[in-house]
Amino acid sequence: MTASAYPTTWRRPPQIIKSARWRYAVQFGIAIYLALAIGTIEVDWARVAAGLERGQRFVMGFLQPDFVSRWGDISRGLIESLTMTLTSTVVGVIISVPVGIGAARNLVPRAVYLVCRGIIAVSRALQEIIIAIFLVAMFGFGPFAGFLTLSFATIGFLAKLLADDIEEIEPGQVEAVRATGASWWQVVNYAVQPQVMPRLIGLSLYRLDINFRESAVIGIVGAGGIGATLNTAIDRYEYDSAGAILLLIIGIVMIAEYGSSYLRKFLQ
Amino acid sequence: MLRLEGLSKTYATGDPALSDVSLVVPEGQIMGLIGPSGAGKSTLIRCINRLVEPTAGRVLLGETDLARLGKAELRRQRRRIGMIFQEYALVERLTVMENVLSGRLGYVPFWRSFLRRYPAADVQSAYRLLDRVGLMDKADNRADALSGGQRQRVGIARALAQEPELLLVDEPTASLDPKTSRQIMRLITEICAERGLPAIVNIHDVPLAQQFMQRIVGLREGRVVFDGPPSELTEAALTTIYGAEDWNAMRQGDAEQAEAEADSRRRMEAIAR
Repeated sequence: MTASAYPTTWRRPPQIIKSARWRYAVQFGIAIYLALAIGTIEVDWARVAAGLERGQRFVMGFLQPDFVSRWGDISRGLIESLTMTLTSTVVGVIISVPVGIGAARNLVPRAVYLVCRGIIAVSRALQEIIIAIFLVAMFGFGPFAGFLTLSFATIGFLAKLLADDIEEIEPGQVEAVRATGASWWQVVNYAVQPQVMPRLIGLSLYRLDINFRESAVIGIVGAGGIGATLNTAIDRYEYDSAGAILLLIIGIVMIAEYGSSYLRKFLQ
Repeated sequence: MLRLEGLSKTYATGDPALSDVSLVVPEGQIMGLIGPSGAGKSTLIRCINRLVEPTAGRVLLGETDLARLGKAELRRQRRRIGMIFQEYALVERLTVMENVLSGRLGYVPFWRSFLRRYPAADVQSAYRLLDRVGLMDKADNRADALSGGQRQRVGIARALAQEPELLLVDEPTASLDPKTSRQIMRLITEICAERGLPAIVNIHDVPLAQQFMQRIVGLREGRVVFDGPPSELTEAALTTIYGAEDWNAMRQGDAEQAEAEADSRRRMEAIAR
């Protein structure tokens, strides 16, 4: 066979929908749906113009942030948020470790596994805001509801990632420790813990900075902290104070972000 | 003394890994277990300390039938059996000392192991073992900072820290270079001789087995097909263990590989010149 007999063109064969007719039908369907969906959006242009004007005032507040006139409220909110963040992370981690171990299929009997995975599923299914609204209704406005919300959310997050991590540990090391006649607790302490510890610390630090961000959000639904202060400032049209609060939140989140990623790198 | 009687294991998938294996390993004997991959070598030694549960048969270590023990009693009996692993199976992020001391886990209560407060005698014997395997100055290093040969020596020290009556050794040299392999095999055989310790060694390097073992058992498809001293391990015996075709192919493969290596060495030399 001479070189000229081989084809000179090649097209990538379709990977997902093999039949050309179906492919075009699906593409057409999506286009129609998109057109119809866009058609249903009602835009009140007068309202948009008013909103732009309001947004401009907001941006001006940003450019001239007022840290001073509401400093008492702001600092109280910040301290509340930071306290809430730290306490909820610590409590969350303390509870997630046993739940996470219980949710690792390679360590526990099936019944324990199912219960712990159930706890994780419930915690992850409920979004922070929803829990916060519920807990504020139960325990009243203030940081206690926020603390409970964040602790609860931390359990779902950390326990799941810890359990997944435990399920992927090196089984040889577990086997070797088991072969010495070690008890279950000793196996966890000697073969599992050393393998997952760096990641557990990393995840806890990561959760610490997520919890701070979340504390600002759940404050808006009444769970205390800097979010509540921010909400009040916006309600009073004090955009200069609101700008100051947002700048502080951004600053602290960035410090936490860089700090925790630096620490995690250092721990690896 | 270890006595296996009619030991069988069928995995949940239905594959019979061991069928009716009966063996006696007397005091002080080092027995090599050879056979092709999938012949059941690993399963056999794991059935002895029940990292794998045997389906039928008896495992008698002294007077105790290990195959019939409850959980707590099994843990107590596992202390009598030291195990050395193919990929060392050290806990990488723990120090060498912690790895050696983990051989004592079956003897100490949880709080002692958790706080790393081992009895003085245990610590002393751990140091003595590290000295014996030549790693006295590595006690505080993390296990993942050691070379392959050093790690396997820590593995040996850990198994010996149990003060075992039997040593199970699973492919101790599979991830080591030829020279280190011989050093490790020599160390294991010396230590067994010093202590009169019986050992079962899974090994797929036939020349290495012939050099170091006192007795060789050949396993094929879960059955014992050869049992005798290394001198009786003739070509015909190897054929029964590995199968005729495989055996020849393996040799041919070896020759081919040696040729290829020699060739590439020649080329490297030509480039270097």
